[in-house]
Amino acid sequence: MSAADVAVPVGQAPHPVRSYLRFFTAELRLVFRRRRNLLLLAVTAIFPLVIGIALRLASPHPQGGNGSGVAFFNQLAGNGVFLTFIALSTLLILILPVVVAVVAGDSVAGEAGYGTLRYLLAVPAGRTRLLAIKFGVIVTFGLAATFIVSAVALVAGAALFPVGPVTLLSGTTVSLPDGLVRLLFVTLYVAAAMAALGAIGLAVSTMTEHAIGAIATVMILVVASEVVDNVPQLAAVGPYLPTHWWLSFDALLRVPVDTSTLLRGLLSFAVYTLLFCSFAWARFTSADVTS
Amino acid sequence: MTAISTSGLTKRFRGGQLAVDHIDLAVPDGSVYGFLGPNGSGKTTTIRMLLGLAFPTAGQAALLEVPMPAGATQVLHRVGSLVEGPAFYPFLTGSDNLARYDAADRTADPRTARARIEAALDRVGLLAAAKKRYRNYSLGMKQRLAIAAGLLRPRELIILDEPTNGLDPQGTREVRALIRQIAADGTTVFVSSHLLAEVEQICTHVGVMRTGKLVFQGPLPELRRTGAARVTVQTADPEAAVKVLTGLGLAEASGNDPTEASPGATPQVSALLGDASPEQVCAELVQAGIGVRGFAVTSPSLEDLFVGLTGEGFDVGG
Repeated sequence: MSAADVAVPVGQAPHPVRSYLRFFTAELRLVFRRRRNLLLLAVTAIFPLVIGIALRLASPHPQGGNGSGVAFFNQLAGNGVFLTFIALSTLLILILPVVVAVVAGDSVAGEAGYGTLRYLLAVPAGRTRLLAIKFGVIVTFGLAATFIVSAVALVAGAALFPVGPVTLLSGTTVSLPDGLVRLLFVTLYVAAAMAALGAIGLAVSTMTEHAIGAIATVMILVVASEVVDNVPQLAAVGPYLPTHWWLSFDALLRVPVDTSTLLRGLLSFAVYTLLFCSFAWARFTSADVTS
Repeated sequence: MTAISTSGLTKRFRGGQLAVDHIDLAVPDGSVYGFLGPNGSGKTTTIRMLLGLAFPTAGQAALLEVPMPAGATQVLHRVGSLVEGPAFYPFLTGSDNLARYDAADRTADPRTARARIEAALDRVGLLAAAKKRYRNYSLGMKQRLAIAAGLLRPRELIILDEPTNGLDPQGTREVRALIRQIAADGTTVFVSSHLLAEVEQICTHVGVMRTGKLVFQGPLPELRRTGAARVTVQTADPEAAVKVLTGLGLAEASGNDPTEASPGATPQVSALLGDASPEQVCAELVQAGIGVRGFAVTSPSLEDLFVGLTGEGFDVGG
């Protein structure tokens, strides 16, 4: 063991905002470089492609869509942009929630499982600060996954189907740029839904040191919510379920935009985010770290 | 100034078990403090409370005179620590793992991070393995990487929980040398161990835990002094010898007769020497006409004292 003969410059404490950003980017890099997470993003990228190809093969004549009854599918034949909405609504059932659940469930429980949590806190990372950064990373990852779905679906849709002015669900036709702006808002809406799910995942993650258990719990919650939401007799509780408003992004595909549905959806996400982030904070700042 | 001080620090687990029972630690600045006790005596729980990882049920704790856990974010960057074994991401390299912990430190300068990480790795002899994944490290390397994490910045206090756990004798020596070096730089070192022999050579102070209680605390020589010397006399006339020893004011004078167990053996008499001089005791015995066949003064080893304080075998806190 050789002693450090040369004096090492210690430097100065950076500006708080800078240190926050440094920690955030370090955590972000860690999450986006993990092979498991990259695999998840790859899966989300492949699905829109597969859906697009399958639909193209099913309807070889773009203009001859014969009305299958599902809202987006009729439009797809006439416009590739609709592949994005089909991909988002299909992946929202399971794939996107899984992606978010994995990263969120792992966020704190994974650190506890590895034992790195006690060292992060001894650094000291600060409990509230660590939690905030973990949530930021979850939201960013959900945002990335959602945008990957939209981007891949858009490219695949453009390659496989004709692209032009977009005929919305209300029957109105808007220009392609208008349609793309709506797509951007749809993607952001879905990302907000995933952020709310991420908050639930973060809260669950603070309660265990087994990442797999946390991930499974979040998925069970998602599936249970979807099942309850589909039971007509339980319609009264529907609007309060975490998954109820996920698919309401079709409100953006009407003229005029169905703002009341949209706002209720966003309110639901905001309430879930606030509630579960508060729970996570209360739990994480008061519990002994025993791992 | 005291590097670590606690008063009445107590931790009762949810199950009701009293893990740490009103301990008053006082770790002087600049000392190498050996925190000793058998496994399960409450050492790690105490360290977790000192670092703000666990919240005390009662009592206060302060690191570098900053109250914990309230002052965690103000003081912990001046404290390096190794708690219950190393913990890193197995898929990251040694230096990436250190960079991660450094990035979490809001007071660490990112511009000097690289140099500091290299210096810390160099200090523990891991510079050559810096780019190796943690997964492929040997146990000793993992332990040393954890110490390197504690040395990322100049520290006023280093808390090492069982730093030699699982190490081979060579690794143990290396860690001991490292602790000496850290202490020589003026850093206070608080090192826990269940083996006295491991820290005896480097400590200036010791605290001994037994079932959650601090049963001894003070400079190492003071612990040695508590080991009272005994005088043992071999004589054919034990009754008379006991009388003489008691007459001289020696406590606990008593004889034992080993002839029953092994015929022909010489009976023995022993007593605590106290302040008496062995020469005088011997002379008095001879003067009283007692045939002295053997005369010995024995002091218990530090290990004996330690075992005496912590209890033999498996009577750890339950």
